[in-house]
Amino acid sequence: MATQTLIYLFVGATFALYIGIALWTRAGSTSEYYVASKGVHPVLNGMATGADWMSAASFISMAGIIAFAGYDGSVYLMGWTGGYVLLAMCLAPYLRKFGKFTVPDFIGERYYSKAARLVAVVCVIFISFTYVAGQMRGVGIVFSRYLEVSIETGVVIGMAIVFFYSVLGGMKGITYTQVAQYCVMIFAYMVPAIYVSMMITGNPIPQLGFGSEVSGTGQSVVERLNGLGAELGFTAYTDGSKSMTDMFFITMALMVGTAGLPHVIVRFFTTPTVRDARKSAGYALLFIAILYTTAPALAAFARTNLLSSVPNASYQELPSWFKTWENAGLIGWMDKNNDGIIQYGPGAAFAGKPEFTGERGENGERLLKNPATPAETELYVDNDIMVLANPEIANLPGWVIALIAAGGLAAALSTAAGLLLVISTSISHDLLKSTLRPNISEKGELLAARLAAGVAVVVAGLFGIYPPGFVAQVVAFAFGLAAASFFPAIVMGIFSKKMNKEGAIAGMVVGLAFTFSYIVYFKFINPTATAADWWFGISPEGIGTLGMLFNFAAAVIVAKLTSAPPERIQHLVEDIRVPRGAGAAIDH
Amino acid sequence: MSLSKEQAATAYWKENLRLMLGLLAVWFAVSFGAGILFVEQLNAIQFFGFPLGFWFAQQGSIYVFVLMIFFYVWKMNQLDRKYDLHEE
Repeated sequence: MATQTLIYLFVGATFALYIGIALWTRAGSTSEYYVASKGVHPVLNGMATGADWMSAASFISMAGIIAFAGYDGSVYLMGWTGGYVLLAMCLAPYLRKFGKFTVPDFIGERYYSKAARLVAVVCVIFISFTYVAGQMRGVGIVFSRYLEVSIETGVVIGMAIVFFYSVLGGMKGITYTQVAQYCVMIFAYMVPAIYVSMMITGNPIPQLGFGSEVSGTGQSVVERLNGLGAELGFTAYTDGSKSMTDMFFITMALMVGTAGLPHVIVRFFTTPTVRDARKSAGYALLFIAILYTTAPALAAFARTNLLSSVPNASYQELPSWFKTWENAGLIGWMDKNNDGIIQYGPGAAFAGKPEFTGERGENGERLLKNPATPAETELYVDNDIMVLANPEIANLPGWVIALIAAGGLAAALSTAAGLLLVISTSISHDLLKSTLRPNISEKGELLAARLAAGVAVVVAGLFGIYPPGFVAQVVAFAFGLAAASFFPAIVMGIFSKKMNKEGAIAGMVVGLAFTFSYIVYFKFINPTATAADWWFGISPEGIGTLGMLFNFAAAVIVAKLTSAPPERIQHLVEDIRVPRGAGAAIDH
Repeated sequence: MSLSKEQAATAYWKENLRLMLGLLAVWFAVSFGAGILFVEQLNAIQFFGFPLGFWFAQQGSIYVFVLMIFFYVWKMNQLDRKYDLHEE
């Protein structure tokens, strides 16, 4: 069968599966809609969390980023997994014991304050929208690349699917769909990785192949990468170029941010018991680690393939995948010295992403409009190509390519659905039921949740079709803000009986205001600033760590100067610290 | 055990904190320690074809994280029962 037919078949079959699950798991009550009635098995919840967490960026872009950044890419690997340790030990079991529906629920009740709840709601909505915009764009890109439709049509199809199962099924529908999506995604990621590992090292397990010898060279994969890179003038793959301080701060901000992201936290509200919440954090990280330990191996293999085949090769003799992806706009070659040979080295060949004139050069390459840089390198390779083009580079059969398409869509849709649910819940539950209209009926609240989800899908879709230029820039926001706002407030709410509402609010406001201004200043107001201008050499990606420290400091100082929280709050804290009695909290 | 309910809860919480802080120390050591702060020193050591520091940053820390959570789950389940605070 032709590859294109296979792609339609795979994507169609997985979509039918998701819709089938949605019909089977319709939510009938707010408890089902918000937290799947707290009846999700820990292993299934682990899978759902994995799918919820691993976005289009994890699936498509991460291996590519690591392939180009080498050691520097480790910040994402450690940052996006280490957060689960914090979640498992500092947050998940206690929030499950607390037993309500949302993060603002906890903040609002623990700090006996509507103002605190509102600050939390605003953060939840902002963080989640930032994140979801990127997902819808991801859906559009996968569609347009594999299904030969425009990005806009792709986004609309994606919106329709997500709308269907998140509005109908709520958390219950999303959970079981995410379980299916995790399976699709991990299978799609592992199959090509195993093939490529076999091809390069003869070892079928990518994590082991990563440390093995490249067949026929007597060198290990990383030695060979360092060697090939050095010949072309790159810094060693295993060394990287970020400063140690910056590595430290970025990793910490990503870890703490991960632990503070509302759509991840809320997944731990869905387990039947506190015990299960802990266990399910373990399974979640196990399922995530399968992909996250494969990604750096895949990155190294892809980079080895690239460095041993493309530099100093003649354009006309390159294999067909090079031209396929050049046609897709993910590769660009500017023959600066007119020798028909591809020079590749450190730096950018030209400014920005490739823009083509529509004409062909004398070797048949697509000519570029971009202004050339003084660097000798002539090649642009997009990050995304490392996963997307791998099956073709490795000459894998058509069904593997179809699998990647289905996997990429699963990754983007599952994350989008989780985020949309969090947005709709904060509107119907935190804003409407808990703040504006406490007398709303269960039916009315459920309807409001569905309407809010519907509106959120449309807004997210619009972000996907007309992406604000800053989408890529604002991902740093989501993690930095979560790290500087929720994480300290929740942790202190559990681990300190003395933390009061004044302290918590002061902490969140200080943390948020600082992190927000730093990112806005260095990303938008003064984007040409270099590392020398950053405070202590901390990049905007890592500043959430400092924001978090400011949050803790401000909260502790203010709490010391104001009155202790009321007796009942201290009892509440004592109660959430022990597992016994978690069942009772369900029927509130 | 003849502890009152409050005493049991307090002792439970203390033991829980000790376990948590111990594990957080490991968490910090494998990622920030081995993967970032001491990466250069560790890179001098070869480990199954990798420079050791690089391996911790891209593989080892993640394996330890997973094991740590399951260890924590196992210990906490014991602790819940020891102080009779487990869920019925």
